[in-house]
Formats: sequence, structure tokens, C-alpha cells
Amino acid sequence: MAMTLKLNGEARAVDAEPGTPLLWVIRDELKLTGTKFGCGVASCGACTVHLDGEPVRSCQTYVEDVEGAEITTIEGLNTDTSAAVQQAWAELDVVQCGYCQSGQIMSAVGLLNENAKPTVEEIDDYMHGNACRCATYQRIRAAIQRASDIMEA
Amino acid sequence: MTLNTSRRGFLKGAAATAAVLYVGARPDGAIAAANADGARMMNPFVKISSDGTVTAIVKHFEKGQGPATGLTTLVAEELGVPIEDVDYEFAPSDAGTYNNLLFGPFQGTGGSTAMANSYMQYRQAGAAARDMLLQAAANTWNVDSAELSLEDGIIKGAGQEAPLAEFVAKAAEIAPAEEPRLKEPSEFKLIGNAAIRRKDTPPKTNGTAIYAMDLHLDNQMVVVIARSPRMGGLVSGFDASDAEGIKGFIRAAELPNKAGVAVFAEDTWAALQARDALAVDWDFSAAEGRSSDEIRDQLVAAVNAEPEYNLTGNDQAEIAASIDGAATVLDETFYFPLLAHAPMEPLTCTIEATADGGVLLHDGCQMPTGPHMALSQILQLPMEKVQINTMFAGGSFGRRATPTADYQVEAALAFAVTDRTRPVKLVWSREDDITGGYYRPAFAHRVRVGLDEAGNIIGWDHRIAGQSIMKGTPFESVLVHDGVDHSSIEGVPDSPYNIPGQFVGLTDVAKATTVLWWRSVGHTHTAYAMESMIDMAAKAAGRDPVAYRLDLLKGGGKDQARIAGVLQLAAEKGGWGKAAAGRAQGIAVHKSFDSYVAEVVEISGNAEEGVQIEKVTCVVDCGIAVNPDVVKAQMEGGIGYGLGHAMRDEITLTEGVVDQFNFPDYEPLRISDIGAIEVHIIPSTEPPTGVGEPGTPPSAPALANAIAAVGKRVTALPMINSGVEFA
Repeated sequence: MAMTLKLNGEARAVDAEPGTPLLWVIRDELKLTGTKFGCGVASCGACTVHLDGEPVRSCQTYVEDVEGAEITTIEGLNTDTSAAVQQAWAELDVVQCGYCQSGQIMSAVGLLNENAKPTVEEIDDYMHGNACRCATYQRIRAAIQRASDIMEA
Repeated sequence: MTLNTSRRGFLKGAAATAAVLYVGARPDGAIAAANADGARMMNPFVKISSDGTVTAIVKHFEKGQGPATGLTTLVAEELGVPIEDVDYEFAPSDAGTYNNLLFGPFQGTGGSTAMANSYMQYRQAGAAARDMLLQAAANTWNVDSAELSLEDGIIKGAGQEAPLAEFVAKAAEIAPAEEPRLKEPSEFKLIGNAAIRRKDTPPKTNGTAIYAMDLHLDNQMVVVIARSPRMGGLVSGFDASDAEGIKGFIRAAELPNKAGVAVFAEDTWAALQARDALAVDWDFSAAEGRSSDEIRDQLVAAVNAEPEYNLTGNDQAEIAASIDGAATVLDETFYFPLLAHAPMEPLTCTIEATADGGVLLHDGCQMPTGPHMALSQILQLPMEKVQINTMFAGGSFGRRATPTADYQVEAALAFAVTDRTRPVKLVWSREDDITGGYYRPAFAHRVRVGLDEAGNIIGWDHRIAGQSIMKGTPFESVLVHDGVDHSSIEGVPDSPYNIPGQFVGLTDVAKATTVLWWRSVGHTHTAYAMESMIDMAAKAAGRDPVAYRLDLLKGGGKDQARIAGVLQLAAEKGGWGKAAAGRAQGIAVHKSFDSYVAEVVEISGNAEEGVQIEKVTCVVDCGIAVNPDVVKAQMEGGIGYGLGHAMRDEITLTEGVVDQFNFPDYEPLRISDIGAIEVHIIPSTEPPTGVGEPGTPPSAPALANAIAAVGKRVTALPMINSGVEFA
């Protein structure tokens, strides 16, 4: 089925069967591989993208449901919030294997868009669905707080 | 610009492009240098192009543990170049040159050896390259090289100054010193500098890092494998007719070894759907039929019977009798379940044909030599026709290094049933990963400890039963001695504690699944049993657990001094004995991979109402910490890995079928599970030792000891199966 997606500010023609998870359209058809496959059941958050600015799990989002929506992947981040998050991630060397970090960053940006000064409890609540098998969690927590400070400055 | 100068410029540029200086080691270990033509004869660790670009050739794969940063740091330090200006690339597969000094003629990463075995190699290569560049400059300027120095990429001295790039071609013609002068620790600017940032952070924070899962080769096919639901089942037939209508489905084919059916498709989603539509008949006659309850019963029975191997060579009956007569007898049976590694990036690799009739494997490859040999055999190609492109790996925790090269073999078998014209990308789903075997083996321990009236240990009868990781693998000849797989018992007979009358016995129980090393290997269970028992002994003796341990470490040796050192500092930094109201603490200390780690876990709540891990304080002595911040990150990660699994994870089998499928029933540690982790590194001038694994062993027993302090001693993991709730 031919359709047009609005991805990272561009119109992208895709050909995908209804029921295809957005994840596989992004990764296999559009070849944007910053969005990761981790579990396929919305349990790890590695596939997180933004749909009209809200983080969603692209492995459980069907392509036919997102025509017309603004889809943003890690490659398309370009706001002050995302710049602050990526700067904080680099300052604190959050990453280890790095495979989950695109999803962590997409969720962190979503959190800070909603709440510019989250508490530790709010961070833990919001980020709960993003798994990191390397357990970089405390750096993630600190980097979100650092990003919040960068934005405030 | 005139034609003339342009042409001169072109010629100069062409000549300069060809000039590359490689410095590394010959297969016999001697320092060697070469230009581009000669580099194949040796093992380059450093490459310097004539434009001055310095590249560290990293022979250990990067799964997040930091060698891309660490080995680059060593080169930059000795060479005298800012680390920001040093690139890195992963070494090709060649066991003859890139062998792991601690593994023998085998290239691989594991056992927390990356830094330990590379520390001198990469420094020497950097130092030799520096001396050659200085000599080349000295020859050019007609001065003594002793007058020159190389700092920040600039060669200076004797009134001269020029960037190192100018001397690369000349340096490539100079023989390297046999033993170049290495910097004294007091001269280090980069080694031990906590401000050094990871080299792989930028691509991993903007989505540009390419893992094997991200590879898209032109015209590639994706293959997923339908595997037997029971370990060891074989394909007896299949029907792919329901997959025919799936867009992108290409075909299904039985693997030559009948271990599964390969489902080929144009893309991943089509392959996964087609596999779901496939009907496969399995021959289970040789398949595993046991349940994990039976395995557990077998293991527990084994630790209650005469052990197969006596590791301490002493008289068990005599020790048992002395324990029977002790003033206090502690008697506990421990159980440790099967565990999956579940690295974040599911297993994957791609094989493509090369122009010379060989193949190229693209893989987040942990032990290149194994898959290299396996592909050579399966695809009937000489070793030199098999190349490996090592890519970033999305975690491993041991899983990407199987002695059987399991997933690379699958990819090769799938590639073999094609006409080999299209690249074949093997993809595992998370369900494939959780159900796919190669688990941390299940183990049982029974420990009986006798204490005298004063609470001192007078006898320690320790029996272990489990499934050997090394037996039946190529590592057996090195790691199994007189039938004993050392990885089953490491951390018990070699405990640094002075334990009088210690008997250690081991019984191997037949494997019900494929088993594998899992972050910290045998220490995953031995540290738990040892540190739980020591804690119980301290409690029975009515003594402080830290003081009790320190008393058992009074032997005067360096080993005991170092382990006592981390224990004391952890107690101090963790505020041992000063927990706030409503909080409880547990402590554990363990030596593994030649590093010493102590951890204090502070919790709130209790087993019935819910435990929350508020804080973990960790102290590590790993010799020289090359990149202190990477060491801290590895401790944080190792603690999280240990605690998350101890809290709630296990793999169980029902009649040979794995009961768990995906993260919802193999729940990963989540951000809210641990409040804070604080890591302290003991300053040291000892050679660097392991950091990837040693953070894991003390974490679970420290948590267990904290939970015991509020009333519940947990001896069977995961803790949620032993009546512990987590907040």
C-alpha cells in the first residue's frame, strides 16, 4: 500500500502493508537505523519515536495509523530541548553499548517537553518503560537533570 | 595556482598518501613497524597516516565496556597526541596476530581481559611510534633525538618545531626500538584522567552508530530461523504454504543440520510474519524433556551426596565430623536458576560473498576466531577467504561469545542453502533470544559451617553442583583440570578468607540446555554463597560483619590487604552502621578477574512490605584505572546487572520448553529499581585488571545481607520466588 509519511519534516513515500509496525518502515524501508529493535512488544522503549511530539513505541504503532502525523526519529531531533539532552548525555558519558540510548533520548526529550524541571520521582516514572541492559540508569537520571539545567541557563 | 605547482602538489600528495606508518607487534610479540605494504606481516596497533591522522586499531570489540576509549588512551598517552585527535577502528579477524595474550592463539574479548592484556602492548606501540617519529625529525634537522619531544602532536626541540605529520614517511623507514621507554605514571596526562570522555559517545547519542542490526547491504535478504521449541529437536518436515501470500516472503528451507527452518524475506517484518505462518513438524526423539524443577531437584540431591570431585584434597568426613561437634552449625542450601543474558541488541550478523570468491561476515563479533573457523568449515572456504568486519555490539554480557559460534553458524548454514549471490542477514527476535539457550547454568550449593564458642570458623563443608560451562568446548583443555571446571567453583576454594578446615566438592550434572558464561561466570553464584555464609557466621558470632571479615583477612599477603582495603573503604564511604531510621544495610566483598570489589547496599522497607534499594556504595581496586570514568560506569552497570537478575529473573523449562518469551516475563532492571550508586576507585600503581565483570558478584549478596538484616535470609534466587517483594 503506497502512502506518504511526514518524517523528520519531510514527506516520505513508502510502500507498506497495513499492520506493518512503523518501526520496520523506518528501519528497513527508510533506512533510518537510529530507531532500534529491542523487543517488538513495547516493553523496552528502544524503538521510541515522537508522534506529533509525543513519545510512542514504534514497534506497536501501525503504519496506517500515522499518515498525516509528524513523526520524529533520533535523526530528526533539532530543538533546544533535544540539543540540551544530547549535550548532557555527552557531558556525562551516559552510553555504554548505546543500543537503547536513541530511545532513552527520545523519551527524555518527551519528558522535558512536558516538564522542564522534573523531580527524580518524575524522571523514574516517565523513564520506567525504557530498559537499559547496561544499567546506565543513574547517568540517565543525572543527564536529564543536567539537560534541565542547560535549558534553564 | 599554476599548472606546474598544481602538478607538483599532486605528486607530493600522491606520495604522501602512500606513506603510512604502522607500529604493533609481530606474532612472537616483538615490537614491529611497517609501511602499508609490510603491515600484513604484523599486528598493527597504531596507524599514522602522512597527514598526521593517528588511528588506534582496537583488537577488542566494543560492547559498551570501553576498549575503544581505553586502548586509544594508551596510544595517545605514549605517542604524545591529544586523545581527541586519535581515531579508532576495529581490528580484522586474525588470531595469528590479534590473539588475546590471556587466551592463547585466539582472538577474543572476555573474562574482563581487554585492558589487562593490552595495557603494555598498546603503550609500547605508541611509545615506539613516538621514538621513530622523533628519530626521523632528528635525522631531518641533523640534531640528537634526545633533544626532541613530541607533545600535542608537535615535535619540538633544538630550536625546531613541526607537526608529526612531516616525519611519517621517514619514520616508517626506521626500525623500532626493542624496548621503547614508557612514561612513568607521574608523567601520565591521559591514563587515569577522569576527564577523558568516551570515544563512542557522539555516534551513540545521535543515532549514527551502526550496529550489526543496522546493516543494510544492497540486495540483502533477511533470514529468521524457526527453531525447535524443545532444545535439541530436529526438523522432520515443514509447510510454508501459509507464508506464500506474505509480501516480501522469498522462501523457506531446512537448515542442513536440521536444527531449524530458515525463512528468507526481503525485509525483517516479512521474515518474522512468514515464520509465524510456517508449520514445522519436529522430531523430539533426541530433544530435552526435563523441566527446571527436575534440574533443581537433581542439583540439590547432588549437593547432599558424595561430591564427584574433591577440590581441596582433604578428608570430607573428618571435616564434617568437626562441624557436627561445633558449638554452632550453620547449614544452608542455595539455588541459582538458569539466566538469559538478553543483551539489548538481539543477536544478528550478515554474510556476503566477496569478489575473490570468499565471504565477509559483518558482526558485533566478540570472539572472531571461532566464527572465522566455523564459516571456513561450513562454507568450505580457506581461512584467508573469510573476513570479519567487527561492528558495534549492543551489549553481550557473554552471549556473543559462544564456543560453538552458534548464531554465526546459523547464518552460515542459511547462507549455504542460498545460491550465495545475495547477502544474508540473520536476525533474532527477543523471543529467539530469551528462549534460545546458552544460559548461565543453574547451580546449587550446600554449605555447612561450624563455629566455636567464640564464633570463629572451625570447619567449612562446601558442596557445589551445576552444569559445566567449559566441558565439551574448545576451552576444556585449558580450563578443565582433572575433570574440574574451574569456572564452576572459582571464588570458593581460592577465597582470600582464612578459612580453617575448608572442604570444597563439586558434582557435574548433565546439561539440560546449552549453557554459557554470563557476566562474571562462576562468581555469579559463588560470591552469593560465600558472602551470605560469612554474613550468617558473623551474625551467629554476634559480631559486626565488616570486623568479622577483616579478621578473616589477616594473613599479611597483598591479596588479603587489597581485599581488606576495598572492604574498609566501602564501609567508610557507605556509612556502614550509620543507616538512617527505616534503612538497613548489607555488605559483600569479592575478588574476581584479579580485581577487588566491595559493595554496601542500603535498603528501605522489608521483604513482606516491599524492599526499595536506596543506595549502593561500591569500592573497586582494579590496579591502574586507565579511564576512571569508564571504570565507574562498568561498576554501575555490573551492579545493576547483578541486582536486577537476583531480584526477579529466571529461565524455567517445562518438559524441555522455555517458559519465558520476552521482557514482560524476563523483566529487566528498571530505572526506579536503584536509587543511587556511588563508586570509589582505590588509587593504585598495580597493572590494570578486570572491570567489566567484577562489579557484579558482590551486588546480589550485599542486597541479600541487607534484606537479612530486616528479617529474611534469601538462599534461593530470584528473590521474588523466596517471598521478597520489591517496591
